[in-house]
Amino acid sequence: MRPFTYERARSVADALRRTVGATDDGASAAYLAGGTNLIDHLRLGIRETDRLIDVSHLDLTEVTELEDGGLRVGALARNADVAAHPLVRRRFPVVSAAMLAGASGQLRNMATMGGNLLQRTRCVYFQDPSTPCNKREPGSGCSAIEGLGTYNALIGASDACVAVHPSDLCVALAALDVTVVVEGPLGERRIDFADLHRLPGDHPEQDTTLDRSELITTIEIAGPGFAGHSRYRKLRERASYAFATVSVAAALDVQDGRVADVRLGLGGVAHRPHRARRAEDALRGGPATHEAYAAAIAAELEQARPVPTTPTRCSSCSAPSRRCWTR
Amino acid sequence: MEHDTGGVSTLSTKIVVNGTPQELTHDVRTTLLDALRDHLGVTSAKKGCDHGQCGACTVLVDGRRVVSCLSLTASLDGTEVVTAEGLGSPEDLSDLQQAFVDRDGLQCGYCTPGQVCSAQAMLAEAAAGMPSHVTDPSALADPDAALELSDAEIRERMSGNLCRCGAYVNIVAAIRDTAAQRAAATGASEEETS
Repeated sequence: MRPFTYERARSVADALRRTVGATDDGASAAYLAGGTNLIDHLRLGIRETDRLIDVSHLDLTEVTELEDGGLRVGALARNADVAAHPLVRRRFPVVSAAMLAGASGQLRNMATMGGNLLQRTRCVYFQDPSTPCNKREPGSGCSAIEGLGTYNALIGASDACVAVHPSDLCVALAALDVTVVVEGPLGERRIDFADLHRLPGDHPEQDTTLDRSELITTIEIAGPGFAGHSRYRKLRERASYAFATVSVAAALDVQDGRVADVRLGLGGVAHRPHRARRAEDALRGGPATHEAYAAAIAAELEQARPVPTTPTRCSSCSAPSRRCWTR
Repeated sequence: MEHDTGGVSTLSTKIVVNGTPQELTHDVRTTLLDALRDHLGVTSAKKGCDHGQCGACTVLVDGRRVVSCLSLTASLDGTEVVTAEGLGSPEDLSDLQQAFVDRDGLQCGYCTPGQVCSAQAMLAEAAAGMPSHVTDPSALADPDAALELSDAEIRERMSGNLCRCGAYVNIVAAIRDTAAQRAAATGASEEETS
């Protein structure tokens, strides 16, 4: 790890002051929360910082109710605590299920909600500093496009980057109405979850639309609606503790045999958590049948651009989707 | 308290390790794993992958299991750390450690301290009703539902601890035995008090 200084932030304002101060001095700064991704990347040399601002002790860990029945979740609440929280389990089971499908018990105890949203979109080459990677070193080239590409993006990739977002939680949040609240030098900003993460385009080094000094303070999940009927399914190479080959978060409202409403998120397919709006549109108002679900996933994947290294990934989307509907 | 010593920052951190208060001065980059092993001589926490993938470095911080290789010592000022040495000693093994011996839940032993720490916390998590990835979806959505610690639950909850010798079957058996013994002991003491 390249040397850095360590500072413990006493408040959100203090954290922002320290970060902006560092930038004004021409130095780089990074926020430390759970550290499960950042410490690893600092050690690998993928990330460097002059000043490490520890925000993990800030009082942003509560889960409270919104007036519409939704929940406000503090950005520093640990994944394990939120996954086990009674209100989250009752109202947004897809959120609990997604988090429990990710990482290990130890990592979920450490990882925070805000940090989960900001874990780096990555592939094996991003994690290996001995190889070219446009995300790690802009302009150096992409090793994954013609390399080991089992996990390459199917949707929205660019010539610069084919990496996929690794989070399970974010797939569930993509299927719900979520607002990410951030504090920055200019005050509070509320970001629709769909606008938080980026497709790679020509700037794969940027995973999100956040300014460098902005700090996520709260994640608001709007009123449950039909989210009580929601599931998360994940396909992976081993039964536990592995990133998704493909994952699906689904919430479904069936009235009289017809799909009154539906929400669908796909994981492991794109540079950001993917909201499957085409599939939703195909299903909404139609019959709640296996044929309709299969046709909807096929409609979503018309935009997919599979590469030779990902021959089975599109068909992989159908099995977890089917299991979301039937259980 | 931070000191700048020519490019490398050092820091003083107070932690309690296995019941003993410790104050150490360290490079701010020092992980808890390196602090335990290299500063304090607590060597049960093992360095396997050093990337949070193998679980050999698992310890308890304020009662919760974490991977110490990704924990920054500087961030842990004021916490209480327990390693396998803190759970029991060779002369006085904990129930869980004894179960690992009785069931041959190890071969080379390298992953074992991490397995034991992880299992200790995992049993507490399950007793507190925390669900897992294999918990039935209807039970997941019902916080009042009873949770049975099946072998599938134990395996899923222990998936963050790898054992390259493949002692998994006996590790699961040791944890299952301990869970049953603790449940029986709790039941017996509840009967006594009722």
